[in-house]
Formats: sequence, structure tokens, C-alpha cells
Amino acid sequence: MSTIRIYVPKDACAIACGADEVVAAIEAAALSRRQPVEIVRNGSRGMLWLEPLVEVVTAEGRIGYGPVSEEDVEGLFEAGFLTGAAHALRIGKPEEHPFMAKQTRLTFARCGIVDPASLADYRAHGGYRGLERALQLGPEAIIEEVKKSGLRGRGGAGFPTAIKWKTVADAKGDRKYIVCNADEGDSGTFADRMIMEGDPFELIEGMTIAGIAVGATKGYVYTRSEYPHAIWAMEKAIEVARAHGMLGMNISGSPYSFDLEVRMGAGAYVCGEETALLDSLEGKRGTVRAKPPLPAHKGLFQKPTVINNVLSLTAVPHILADGGEFYANFGMGRSRGTMPIQIAGNIRFGGLFETAFGITLGELVNDIGGGTFTGKPVKAAQVGGPLGAYVPTWQFDLPFDYEAFAAKDALIGHGGIVVFDEDANLAKMARFAMEFCSVESCGKCTPCRIGSTRGVELMDRIIAGERVEANLATLTDLCQTMKLGSLCALGGFTPYPVLSAMNHFPEEFGAPPRRLEAAE
Amino acid sequence: MPHYEPWSEERARAVIEEFSHLEGPLMPMLHAVQETFGHVPDAVVPMLADLLNVSRAEVHGVVTFYHDFRHEPAGRHVLKLCRAEACQAAGGDALADHAEHKLGCKLGETTADGRVTVEPIYCLGLCATAPSAMLDGRIVARLTERRLDALIAEAQS
Ligand SMILES: Cc1cc2nc3c(=O)[nH]c(=O)nc-3n(C[C@H](O)[C@H](O)[C@H](O)COP(=O)(O)O)c2cc1C
Ligand code: SF4
Ligand code: FES
Repeated sequence: MSTIRIYVPKDACAIACGADEVVAAIEAAALSRRQPVEIVRNGSRGMLWLEPLVEVVTAEGRIGYGPVSEEDVEGLFEAGFLTGAAHALRIGKPEEHPFMAKQTRLTFARCGIVDPASLADYRAHGGYRGLERALQLGPEAIIEEVKKSGLRGRGGAGFPTAIKWKTVADAKGDRKYIVCNADEGDSGTFADRMIMEGDPFELIEGMTIAGIAVGATKGYVYTRSEYPHAIWAMEKAIEVARAHGMLGMNISGSPYSFDLEVRMGAGAYVCGEETALLDSLEGKRGTVRAKPPLPAHKGLFQKPTVINNVLSLTAVPHILADGGEFYANFGMGRSRGTMPIQIAGNIRFGGLFETAFGITLGELVNDIGGGTFTGKPVKAAQVGGPLGAYVPTWQFDLPFDYEAFAAKDALIGHGGIVVFDEDANLAKMARFAMEFCSVESCGKCTPCRIGSTRGVELMDRIIAGERVEANLATLTDLCQTMKLGSLCALGGFTPYPVLSAMNHFPEEFGAPPRRLEAAE
Repeated sequence: MPHYEPWSEERARAVIEEFSHLEGPLMPMLHAVQETFGHVPDAVVPMLADLLNVSRAEVHGVVTFYHDFRHEPAGRHVLKLCRAEACQAAGGDALADHAEHKLGCKLGETTADGRVTVEPIYCLGLCATAPSAMLDGRIVARLTERRLDALIAEAQS
């Protein structure tokens, strides 16, 4: 019998849903049938409600089955899934699934398809085309290409990547750094994790190109201790890249040298903020630094430093390979290219959906996400993590675009959408946001450090029904102070979830309901 | 379950020195100490301060700043429940209440018999298959009351 190749994701989400047990069950069932199988541990395709999504390579192509539990494996063998036979869990070709077919995948094009530990597989699927072109172009033209693409940082603030790189390229320093912000602390976000686990060479390639562009020879990937699987996958890929001459001295035979190291945080949300992250990397408490000086001038160990999010850096290989204009052709307004959007929380078809900017929130939650898994009506979605606003359903026509969100006092952040059904209590969520801020504050500014604690007390009184009108007024005032008087977005944006919950769902705070204006 | 070594100054020194060639080595050192001994004992603070040529207060400041570093050993098993928004949206509050009730202790505490420490964690990146938990480093998603009971039973065994 010839060996049959089977893919079972090694993505943390798949593992948390039983993928390792499924692998063991497949191995046992194959052994008892004397059927040789080769199991490849790929990343996730991003259809997370189907994880573990097992794929079998057949004459027709890869056929998917999911969600597979270890108890399903015997039945799958009996039904003949090794030849792609019919079964209740069969979804057909994953790339033809409507959830996948509707996407424009650039960053995630290989995720779930390749073996993340194989450099050969990476190359076979277009990997390192961007670096090859970058080596031909040289530093200045690389930055020009990134500029043409219109790429804005995907970490939350949306700052143009090319400008940041240019500043570092022009800065003087005997040593420069590329730091990848892979802290991904926002609830509802997992795109960075998925790339590190499913296509780590893409991040390595992106950081290498950044290094060449600005003249940096060393890079750090700073990620969270909550992501052990991503850390293993990254470290493994770095080792492989180094062994193949794609990291270290004279990359790919060129005059450029660049090396990478992974560093792990220790459970502090504020270390996602770029300057706090740098302090943490240096071995200090993660406190936010006042700017200027910008990290581009004085960053890690006081040296010029590019600090970019995983998704910004992983967009770069595509921009270089296919040209900045190709990338800029996707999107709307000043939001160019694609955005990997993460749909989570109380959602039926949760997962990663990469698409050009401009799609509406309603399409994402209802058409693509299929509404709540509890089957109850959607009440609101929090977009952009713990500091993001709660968007009520009557604003679901909002297009995914940095400026459109800002105009509604909301933010896209890292592209995470957390869906809540009608049972959610928005006053409680507002209290949670304040409490989160008080626990995670780095302590540097009074409005953030003390204000958030006062905010929690006020929320408790409001929830208890004490002098509601007066306390709501004080809370609004406090939010204003936090917005204006905070050094970073932790204190400065916590008012977004609080005020949006208050403004859109006043009755949950014991205030009189307001007329809902659909066309506001 | 993780197996920790008893405190030994010599061992601590060896663990720390393994990272002394790194740039900004304090965080990797602290992680390694905690991995070895299960917590960061006070006695390593002066050792680190000496080695890195910083004040003890500075090292102490770092150890206390980060949520991950423990000052006391945890229970034999550590159960972490995700309490962030996506898990709350998917019914995480009820599960946390259930765990506290079953274990007879609050999040952040260790059961009286020292077997289980239960802690909140803020997002494991499994938010599309929420609610999520982690038992001694093993991650579990799509948590239900039944699955949580199984995890608790495993932790108590
Ligand atoms: C409290 C706080 C947490 C943040 N967390 C992250 C994070 O987890 N990942 C990230 O890329 N950016 C995060 N940011 C934004 C970074 O400070 C910074 O804008 C980003 O890393 C820049 O990269 P980009 O230009 O590629 O977006 C955070 C900001 C704040 C204020
Ligand atoms: S707003 Fe909060 S977290 Fe940000 S610098 Fe000020 S105190 Fe630190
Ligand atoms: S919010 Fe719980 S895993 Fe992300």
C-alpha cells in the first residue's frame, strides 16, 4: 500500500480542541490496518470552528474533515476517508469552502497549507521571493516599495510603515534593531499566534527584509508567555533558517547579515505598548517611555529600532514579491491592502478572515461568522481588544477602515472582533474594562493608575443603583480626564469601551433609555 | 505535572549563568529560575543584582511587576481560566464561578490541601473556540462545565 499523507494542524487552537489525540488515534487506526500514513502537522486554515480540521491528500486534491474528535477516527477510516469518501464531517476541498473562497489571502496564503517547519515547503509555495527581490533592489528601493504599498502598521495605531523604516534607515547608529511586537495581548486576537505557528518563515523573511532596508543586523521577536506553542514554532523555524544560510552571516550569499532571537514576556498587557516592550526586552519593568525620543532614534539599548507588529512585517514579503502597487490596489481610502480579521467570542463560525479593507462589520459578524453560537440575537461586538469600543448592531454597517471607525469613536486595533449575544451585560463589561486598566496600568500617569481604580468604584455604585445620574456624570468626566491625561493608549483608550457601552446601552446602567438612531 | 527542584544556590547560579551572554538577560534568567524552582525565591534577587550590576531594588521591582513570577511555590497543579472578553462572551463567568465553588477557593488562590492553584489568565489566543483554560501548560478550548469538571478531577488526583 502506498503511503497516504494526512494533515492535522499543530495550531494551538487545534491542539486545544484535541488535535494531538486525533493524531494518536489516526496512527493507531492506520497501524491496525497496516496502512502506511505520513502525518504532517500544518498550521490552521483559520476555520477554527472546524478544528481539528483533518485533510487527506487524494487524487482529487486535499479533502477536509472537521471538526474531528478522537472518537470519530475509527468511523472515518471505516467510511474510507483515506480516499476522500463521504462522511458527515466531510467539508470537501478546504479552499473551496465559502468561508475561504470569500477571502483575499496574502499574509495567510500559506497558513494551513504548508508544513511550518519545512523551509523547502515554504519555498515551494512562493516563500523568499520577496527577499530575493529585496536583495536585488537594495535598501532605498525596498523602502520605496513599502511606501507605494501604503502599508500602515497593523498593531493598532495604523502608522505608515515606510516612514518608520526611513527614519531608522537615516538614523546614525553603530548597531540597529528590528523588534517584532508579537505580544498580541488583546482578547479576540490570534492572527500573530497563527502566523508564528503556521507560517513562521514568513515573519523571518519580513524581518530580514526590514533589517536589510534599515541596516539592522539583529532582530527580536517579543511574544507572550501565554503562547508557548508559537514560541516553539518560531524557535524551530529560526534554527532551520539559520542552518540553511537564511539567517546569520551573509544571508543567501549576499553581503547582508541578520539574526533573530525570540524573547518571552511575563504576563503584562502593557508590554504590548512599544516602548514598554523595549524596556521589558532590556530586562526592566514594562513602563511606557515618553516620546520623543522615538524608538526609531533611540530604541532598544538606546539604538535606532524599528518596532512593528507581526502582521505589518508579514505583509512585507508580498509587497516586495509582487510590488507595492499590487498591494495598494486592495482596500479603501487610506486603508490599503488586506487585513487579517479575527472573529471570536460568542460566534458560530469563528476564525481568521483575511480581506481587503472596506467590508462591513455586519457582513463579518452575521454573514461570515453566522451570528452567535448560542443562537440568540447579537447584541454588540467589541472591536480592537480591551481598549476597543462596543459597537451596537445598529452600527453594523460600519466599514472596516481606520478612518471610518475613528469617526464613530471606535477603533480597529489589531482586527479582533468579539461578539456578544443579548445576555451580555454591558455595564458589567464597562466595569471590566476599567478594572483591566487598573490592574495592567504601568503606573506612570495618575489618570490611568488612580483614575481607573476610581472608575471601578464608580461603576460599582452605578451597578448598585446609587445616585446613578450623578455617578454617570462623574464617570463621563473621569473618562475625559483619562483620555486627555494619559501618556499611552492604555489609559487613553479605556474610555472607549466604557463610554460606548454607556452611550449605546444606557438602560443597563440604570439610566433612561435613549432613542436609537439608526442613521446617526 | 511539572517537577521542580529544591532550592540550591549553586544550581541557581548555574541556571542564571547560562543566559549571561545575552543582551538584556534578566527576563530569560527569571523565567529559567521559575522553571527550575517553581517560583522566584528571594535569595536569587541579590545574585541577579550582583551579576548584572544593578541594585537589588531594581531586580525586586522587575520580579514584582510581572504577573507571571511567583514569590511562593504554587499548588501541585495550576489551572488557569481565561477571563478575558471573548471567553466572557462565551460563558466564561459561569465556569469561573463553578471552578471556585468546586475547588473551595477563589481565583488566585490555592486549595487548602495544596493540590490546585486556580488563576485567571487574560487570553490564550483561543478566542474563536472560547471559553479556554490551561492545566499545567496544556491548553483546552470549547470548555463546558463537564470538561471543566474533568480538568478539576485531573488536577485533584
Ligand atoms: C497598552 C498597549 C498595548 C499594545 N499592544 C500591542 C500588541 O500586543 N501588539 C502590537 O503589535 N501592538 C500593540 N500596541 C501598539 C504598539 O505600541 C505599536 O503601535 C505597534 O507595535 C507598532 O507596530 P506597527 O506600526 O507595525 O503597528 C499596544 C499599544 C498599547 C498602548
Ligand atoms: S496611560 Fe497608563 S499604561 Fe500608559 S503610560 Fe500612563 S500609566 Fe502607563
Ligand atoms: S479571550 Fe479567552 S482565549 Fe482569548
